[in-house]
Amino acid sequence: MPREAFSQVVTAQDLLAGDVIYLAADDTWVRDLSEAEILTDKVVAQDRLISAARQTGHVVGAYLADVHPGRNGPEPVHFREAFRATGPSNHAHGKRAERRHV
Amino acid sequence: MYRYSEFDEAFLAERNAQFRAQVERRLSGALTEDEFKPLRLMNGLYLQLHAYMLRVAIPYGTLDAARMRRLALIAERWDKGYGHFTTRQNIQFNWPRLRDVPDMLDALAEVGLHAIQTSGNTIRNVTADHFAGAAADELFDPRPHAELIRQWSTDHPEFQFLGRKFKIAVTGAVADRAVTRAHDIGLQAVMRDGAPGFRVLVGGGLGRTPMIGQVIRDFLPDADLLPYLEAVVAVYNLLGRRDNKYKARIKITVHETGIDRVRALTEEEFARRRPHFAGADQALLAELRAAIAPPAFRKADSDGFHAARDSDPVFRSWTDTNLYPHRAEGYAIVSVSLKAHGATPGDATSDQMRALADLAERYGHDELRISHEQNVILPHVHLADLPAVHEVLLAHGLATANIGLISDIIACPGMDYCALATARSIPVAREIATHFHALKLEHDIGPLKIKISGCINACGHHHVGHIGILGLDRAGVENYQITLGGDGTEDAALGERAGPGFSADEIVPAIERILRAYLDLRRGPSETFLEAYRRLGLAPFRAALYPAQSVAAE
Repeated sequence: MPREAFSQVVTAQDLLAGDVIYLAADDTWVRDLSEAEILTDKVVAQDRLISAARQTGHVVGAYLADVHPGRNGPEPVHFREAFRATGPSNHAHGKRAERRHV
Repeated sequence: MYRYSEFDEAFLAERNAQFRAQVERRLSGALTEDEFKPLRLMNGLYLQLHAYMLRVAIPYGTLDAARMRRLALIAERWDKGYGHFTTRQNIQFNWPRLRDVPDMLDALAEVGLHAIQTSGNTIRNVTADHFAGAAADELFDPRPHAELIRQWSTDHPEFQFLGRKFKIAVTGAVADRAVTRAHDIGLQAVMRDGAPGFRVLVGGGLGRTPMIGQVIRDFLPDADLLPYLEAVVAVYNLLGRRDNKYKARIKITVHETGIDRVRALTEEEFARRRPHFAGADQALLAELRAAIAPPAFRKADSDGFHAARDSDPVFRSWTDTNLYPHRAEGYAIVSVSLKAHGATPGDATSDQMRALADLAERYGHDELRISHEQNVILPHVHLADLPAVHEVLLAHGLATANIGLISDIIACPGMDYCALATARSIPVAREIATHFHALKLEHDIGPLKIKISGCINACGHHHVGHIGILGLDRAGVENYQITLGGDGTEDAALGERAGPGFSADEIVPAIERILRAYLDLRRGPSETFLEAYRRLGLAPFRAALYPAQSVAAE
């Protein structure tokens, strides 16, 4: 039986701005989903999440979100994650206006 | 307008100083998020989908120009230049930074506003008829009582950790514009033998288990208001369930215990508590009546108003839809629509807020109201001033003539902002408004209340919409359920679910099918959608919604 594909990213919110952030491979937090580290091993993913959740002085509410590996990096699976990654649809605010490193 | 006393100011200053210290401790790492979260929520600060959100209470929806200008300033200085008025007569700022929130709260306190108890399992902002103090059909202005309730419930030590949140709404009119039947407690003004009092309803609410409130006291003299409310909440506090948050609201308590038993327990509790209210509440109520007295209405010629109606069709159309009868001769209540076609329901920019403040000051006896329908009210405008008011509104994108029509939609923030949402609401509202505007059907359809919620919690009041839309997550796809025949007024009714839901692409065409069926089936333009629905029932609208299934069933 083929092994189920597994792709996740660690995501959270920035303590100061509340903005959606993602854990990158170099242990920094980035605001752009495409720059997030794709985790393909469940054990490693849990380890990265535990490490992220310990950073309570910088981030809030870390969790693992499912993604598809895409041509330009991870892409959201669920529409909620798509909205988190792109910002609100009614105003050019948040992610729609800003894309920069934390 | 109630002005804060020195006591109020000192209380708020101390509370804000406490929160400032709590924020500092969070930023320094001395408080974890688990420790900080309940503290920030007690001060109205949520962490939403994209950012923090500060929810500020606008008690019983009443503002003056100074307060509105302060909201504009806060939006501009610490947010993104706009605020979002909500279905609970609050304003939400969607983008504050944590470090700035203490300064925002201090700026609010300077004009007598705060964010206390806009979250958490406490008694929330007391809401009122947005035409209170102005409507021709009002028995008495209920806002002094609402202010009394606000002061009693704010920081009430017994009610800081209720089983669940608790919402009180009050109306002074027979026509219920405050949705009192869908609140934990609804208060409806009643006069008996010349004395003011209230019919008290309990156990109403929307959310995942919608219920219409039941009468617990047919007449409560207003002198007994606080001890009786205290008795109701105390009984709920003891009796209400704490094992399941979805069954913790008072509506479930009333449903499971029975209204007669809850009434009996409340009367017992009332008898115990009544003697402890030695008159201070009534002295305060007398002060509040003086503070919230009607303005000095003026006498003036209304010829200019009639001339403008005759000569300007845009003005005439606006006055046809956006005015409501005032109790003072020569005056009107103006509803300023925050529902320009394609705009986000309830959003107002800082410039718009300032324009409204200027209008209130110049033409409106310095009074403004926020409606639960997410519009702004100028409650006291003389007819003679309406052409000038309309001109200013036009210049600021605030003159949309659609109050009570299809594009005057209530919509919660939905998944564009809310962390609890299961689907978006705002784009659906915008698409419905622009679609029917383009079809030029809005005025043909006539009075219609569409209400949209982005999750089962029903902040968009979808259960009491003539057409209710509930956004859900169905297997990872946004899906919209339709309910029909809901009503939030004195004839309150919960809408009936029409059938299977629709995708985001299908929902606007589905609404169009319902309304084309209505236009075909109604007895004439004077029969509203709701009247036609009550006459015909769900079947013909369901047939229009699901034509394929109807054919298959034949």
